[in-house]
Amino acid sequence: MDLVETWREELRFAPGRVTRALLAAAVAFSIALPFLGQPAWIVRGTLVAITAIGVMGQNLLVGYAGQVSFGQAGFLAIGAYAFAHLQGLPWLLALLGAGLVSALAGVVVGFPSLRLKGPYLAIATLGFGIAAYQLLANVPALSGGRMGLAVQRPSLLSLYWTDVALLGVFALATTNLISSYAGRALMAVRDSEIAAESMGVNLTRTKLLAFAISSFYTGVHGALFAQFLGHLEPELFNVSEVLTQFVAITVGGLASVEGSIFGAAFVVLLPVIFGGLRWAVPVFFGASILAVLIFEPGGLAGALRKARLYLEQWPFR
Amino acid sequence: MSLSFGGIRALRGVSLAVREGETLAVIGPNGSGKTSLFNCISGAYQPGAGDISFDGASLLRLSPDRVARRGIARTFQNLRLFLGMPVMENLLVGRHLHFRRNLLSAALRLRREEIRHRDRCEEIIEFLDLEPYRKLRAGDCPYGVQKRVELGRALALEPRLLLLDEPASGLTGEEKEEVAYWLHEVRGRFGVTLVFVEHDLRFASRLAARMIALDRGEKIAEGTPEEVQRRPEVERAYLGDAA
Ligand SMILES: Nc1ncnc2c1ncn2[C@@H]1O[C@H](COP(=O)(O)OP(=O)(O)O)[C@@H](O)[C@H]1O
Ligand SMILES: [Mg+2]
Repeated sequence: MDLVETWREELRFAPGRVTRALLAAAVAFSIALPFLGQPAWIVRGTLVAITAIGVMGQNLLVGYAGQVSFGQAGFLAIGAYAFAHLQGLPWLLALLGAGLVSALAGVVVGFPSLRLKGPYLAIATLGFGIAAYQLLANVPALSGGRMGLAVQRPSLLSLYWTDVALLGVFALATTNLISSYAGRALMAVRDSEIAAESMGVNLTRTKLLAFAISSFYTGVHGALFAQFLGHLEPELFNVSEVLTQFVAITVGGLASVEGSIFGAAFVVLLPVIFGGLRWAVPVFFGASILAVLIFEPGGLAGALRKARLYLEQWPFR
Repeated sequence: MSLSFGGIRALRGVSLAVREGETLAVIGPNGSGKTSLFNCISGAYQPGAGDISFDGASLLRLSPDRVARRGIARTFQNLRLFLGMPVMENLLVGRHLHFRRNLLSAALRLRREEIRHRDRCEEIIEFLDLEPYRKLRAGDCPYGVQKRVELGRALALEPRLLLLDEPASGLTGEEKEEVAYWLHEVRGRFGVTLVFVEHDLRFASRLAARMIALDRGEKIAEGTPEEVQRRPEVERAYLGDAA
């Protein structure tokens, strides 16, 4: 039995025996993966880690703060190109810079959220994504023209280790953030704007903060993706990226950190499984969203949560 | 103060004063403007004319979060809980404005402040008998419990003025008794000034030493519960409502 005994226990990171065991297993797996001698899986692991950071950001905005945004492709592109242009700086600074430029764009894109809700906000942010894409496709000084931009690419192994470590840092920071006053403010705004305001939560600040944090994550995702590819061209960031992110947060689990990682793994690995049947992937994406909405609205994370509760109370139930 | 929605005049020159530490009941039939009055005070609506002052400063044109920061908390007639969050977290949002906001320490999990605020919420949980529900999502709690959570959330803010919109509506007789008891305790323990809307005249007169009655956006009576209930306008308004 490992029921939470005092409320202070609730404040601990990863409370509960099963959770801690799963966490340890995930860490062990990430460390072991490169030693399996399968370069293809190192590539996939790296992609999952990179993608998971962006999905986590999108989940903060959609799952936690309840702001439906379709601007992800734009933030991805901004992060990637900012990183490419900042390559003269030390790596970490360039990465931070890419995130911050994207966060700034996020604040600007967030302004419509102060007036618009649901589908209207989605359309406004989608417009931004398309505009960012057009800008990059048509301004050679930004995009490097038809040649694109070259980005320095480290060895596969060092990419894997840095990206997995970064995912760890982001996952930890996100978990902390959402269990703090700031995360509660996001969720309060999602659940009832008027009640949140009446409790002293500033709507403007909270929504813009959600956009800023979320696009910071997505900007970092874009930067790491640029580094992973070693080369950038505008066609990389089209609107289908938005769909992929939505599949990831829905299938992985809305408002869940581990769900964001599951969702990223889902969208990265599914095309691998389909192999020759690549055309079927979008169809399967659509079907999986439907299946989640019908059978387990909490997504993979929700299913895991139920399993974990069952295990933690076993054999008492 | 006055408030209109298009052609509907929800409040017509209603004027009232609340003294520090007192309990005031606002009564009146459905649609008489009681909720609108609360919405004006709490900043959800802006009155078209008039003034609202609290502690010597005007509340006009303040957004609801700024009003909350002045020390005014409210509940809603049709519950506005954070349904996806556990009960405890609902209360913690009530303490939002007491947090020294610092994103970096939040991301680094520096928890000294958090623990202090949780202690306060813990007291409220105990006070309102919410212990069995603390980890349950607010949306999964029964109605009576949800009403209590909303009261607790407002108390967590440590307001100086508490506005309760129909705190006993939809509750069973027994639950109403409990609410009356808690409100009585709240005044003693938290020393808060209380203004509440209530349909049930008997319930209202048990708690409040003073009442105002609204009808169709106008104040039709004010005074002790006995005085107000004896006024023919009040009787007419209530009979009209029943008919
Ligand atoms: N947001 C709104 N839009 C339009 N009319 C409203 C709105 N809020 C209240 N009203 C109208 O104002 C009048 C007073 O309503 P309300 O204050 O809710 O009454 P009470 O709380 O006393 O039942 C009613 O006629 C109602 O229809
Ligand atoms: Mg009302």
